[in-house]
Amino acid sequence: MVWPRPRRLGAEEQARHTGKRYAAESRFKMVGLAAVLTSMGLLVLLLSTIVGQGFTAFWQTSLSLDVNLDAAEIDPQGTRNPQDIMAANYAGLINDALYAKFPEVTSRSDRRDLRGLVSVGAPGQVAQYVLDNPDVIGTTQRVTVLTDDVVDQFVKGKIDRDLPESARPISDQTIGWIDRLEQDGAISSNFNTLLFENGDSREPELAGIWGAIVGSFWMMIIVLALAVPIGVSAAIYLEEFAPKKSKLVDLIEVNINNLAAVPSIVFGLLGLAVFLNTLHLPRSAPLVGALTITLMTLPIIVVATRAALRAVPPSIRDAALGVGASKIQTVGHHVLPLALPGIMTGTIIGMAHALGETAPLIMIGMVAFIVDIPSGPLSPATVLPVQIYIWADSPERAFAERTAAGIIVLLAFLITMNALAVILRKRFERKW
Amino acid sequence: MGFIILVVLAAVAYGVALKRAAGTQGTSKAWHSRPGHFAWYALGLAIGPAFLVWAAWQIFGGSVVSGLVAGGLPPEIAALPPLERNFFLSEASRLAYGQPTIREATPEVVAAAEAYSRYFTIGTVAMWAAIAALFCAGLAMALGRIAPDTRARNAIERWVTTALLAAAAISILTTIGIVFSVAYEAFRFFQSVSVFEFLFGTRWSPQMAIRADQVGSSGAFGAVPLFTGTLLITTIAMLVAAPLGLLSAIYLSEYAPPWIRSIAKPVLEILAGVPTVVYGFFAALTVAPFVRGLGESLGLSVSSESALAAGVVMGIMIIPFISSLSDDAINAVPRALRDASLGMGATRAETMRQVIFPAALPGIIAGLLLAISRAIGETMIVVMAAGLAANLTANPFAGVTTVTVQIATLLTGDQEFDSPKTLAAFALGLVLFLATLTLNVVALYVLNKYREKYD
Repeated sequence: MVWPRPRRLGAEEQARHTGKRYAAESRFKMVGLAAVLTSMGLLVLLLSTIVGQGFTAFWQTSLSLDVNLDAAEIDPQGTRNPQDIMAANYAGLINDALYAKFPEVTSRSDRRDLRGLVSVGAPGQVAQYVLDNPDVIGTTQRVTVLTDDVVDQFVKGKIDRDLPESARPISDQTIGWIDRLEQDGAISSNFNTLLFENGDSREPELAGIWGAIVGSFWMMIIVLALAVPIGVSAAIYLEEFAPKKSKLVDLIEVNINNLAAVPSIVFGLLGLAVFLNTLHLPRSAPLVGALTITLMTLPIIVVATRAALRAVPPSIRDAALGVGASKIQTVGHHVLPLALPGIMTGTIIGMAHALGETAPLIMIGMVAFIVDIPSGPLSPATVLPVQIYIWADSPERAFAERTAAGIIVLLAFLITMNALAVILRKRFERKW
Repeated sequence: MGFIILVVLAAVAYGVALKRAAGTQGTSKAWHSRPGHFAWYALGLAIGPAFLVWAAWQIFGGSVVSGLVAGGLPPEIAALPPLERNFFLSEASRLAYGQPTIREATPEVVAAAEAYSRYFTIGTVAMWAAIAALFCAGLAMALGRIAPDTRARNAIERWVTTALLAAAAISILTTIGIVFSVAYEAFRFFQSVSVFEFLFGTRWSPQMAIRADQVGSSGAFGAVPLFTGTLLITTIAMLVAAPLGLLSAIYLSEYAPPWIRSIAKPVLEILAGVPTVVYGFFAALTVAPFVRGLGESLGLSVSSESALAAGVVMGIMIIPFISSLSDDAINAVPRALRDASLGMGATRAETMRQVIFPAALPGIIAGLLLAISRAIGETMIVVMAAGLAANLTANPFAGVTTVTVQIATLLTGDQEFDSPKTLAAFALGLVLFLATLTLNVVALYVLNKYREKYD
């Protein structure tokens, strides 16, 4: 081949050419930097949107009312029997307190709107208050009850009062009442403990994530108990014991790599067909969710554990075998302890992944509307990400706020787990 | 309860054997195995078979008892239609196990419940008798073998190796489980809807008619709109993620000063760790209204659940995936190539474009293929932001639906396992499984075939 003879450039031309190349260089660098900044900006946007939406859900608007806790209504016999106290008509007492506060409201429809200021959970709150303090029966007490979710959203400024009346879910009249109550200091904002005590509810102001957290807890316990021993064992076998030329081992290797790439929803189909329809395990139970998620998490743990085992230098194994240890003793006494930090890091990351998984759990019925706090791995439950999905689907405005709050709690768990993994890696990382 | 008894028995076997072995062995050095090995050996021999019996009873005991009760039913009950007979049996078992019954118990139910408790008691007693016999026999055998030349350690190590192999084989079982369960239900679906119609039909409306004359519920199962919808969203996602992820990886591996890298790497890791349901919420709540507003200001009609919103957010989700895989591919190119190019006077950008990028290309392409496979299988973002309308369109502002959305929707809520509506989800799942599997295999093939082997 004949190479073309390079043309010799003049000094000026040369400088221009070099300048062009350097300009291209800095353009390329800027484009790369822009890509990194865009990615980081997108994360900031994502997190700030969610925190901005959700942090207000940690406070809930309450209304203080002077309720006449009439002895004739609550405890006509004077027995202080808790069942009688619970059975009284507290809704009526609260309504009377509201009517007394706004004596000018007389028409039936207006009074209905007025009653709508307080949450449907308010009578239960008053009942609990009376039950805890039986001495107040027969007196008039200032009781703090939850407001309805629309009032709550208005007080938090999430509903624009300048909109025309027909375009917002709250009437001018109601806004007038709320303004008067605010002037009287009857409206207060308290830390939302119900969010961390209740299960799901149709009423946004009563809905909490505790049921979902407990469901997630049961599920993760079982995933931990199944996925970690099986995953670590499988990795030990493949890395330390598997014969190098074996069809079975090759098959297992290919399988594990492929399973790691199978979409999570396919595992949901597997769980539905095998655990629910063939083995007839209970629907919506954390046990079934855990079995499904375990199959999904196993490949992650196997891959991480193998990497950790591979990082232990062969000289350690040779030394142990050289002084007469058996293969099992070599692995059990020397390789495994040295690989443990890496295994734990991989396991935590796998568990964090499992905690955030949603799609397969929808398939096996964990989207059911469940109010009760699950009592064990077999009782119907939902988990945090699925609860987030359920709320995100709800039309009420106040649920958007709850959804974001649920996400904040979920992300807090995940970030804690990931931080733990990073600390473990930093603390125990060894260079051989 | 039974499990605790087994644990106690195991501890007993271990303790007895340890004591005996240590006592016989004394300080003699001529023994093959240490006392601890004999203890584990005894534990395995005594508890292993007993545990199997216990587990078998836990799993199959219930159905064995039901079968026996069903076999011994009085003729007038046995002649009932299956549904009523099953109800009768479940009532009897509820009564027998102390759960509240749905109806008032009739004398027949009480009799069947007594049969339940009788068979259950007999079975439980028989199980524990078998366990006791196996335990004693196993322990006696193990104790009898405590001798200097017994290879107890080798036996234990064989067991442990077998257990490790069994753990590794679970992955095969999982794959078999996926293939069989999904393929079986899909096969049942294809008995009522032809494969050809499913793969090439252009109308998707899985609502089956409840009454014969019902309007608008013909039950059409042409999946082409789902495939094009998936393709559209995946394309949008890759258009967002591929340049951003690739350029981020190039910048971070070639240009970034350490302090930028120390910020950007964790940020990308956080992006990778955010659950998809969070992205879905972000897409539905923030991006979709934004896209809608943008389109309207341009005079376009945008549906509130547009392919664009779901695709862009899916792209954001995939950025860290592409960037970390590209980063690995770029770092796998040996230092010497880079140094040679820079030594010739090439700028970093020229080195990147003309030397490193071509060398890393197989790895990058494999990474992109894996990213596509992940985008195809992603569910939550599209469920929450892409909508249900099966439109056959390439317009990114229209609402489309995807394979995963349809699987999730068809299987949410009450299902009967004999309607094509439910089974269609499994056929879609099979397509999804095969598609992602193919992409994964092709990615591996590209990597192995075209990767340059240096050193």
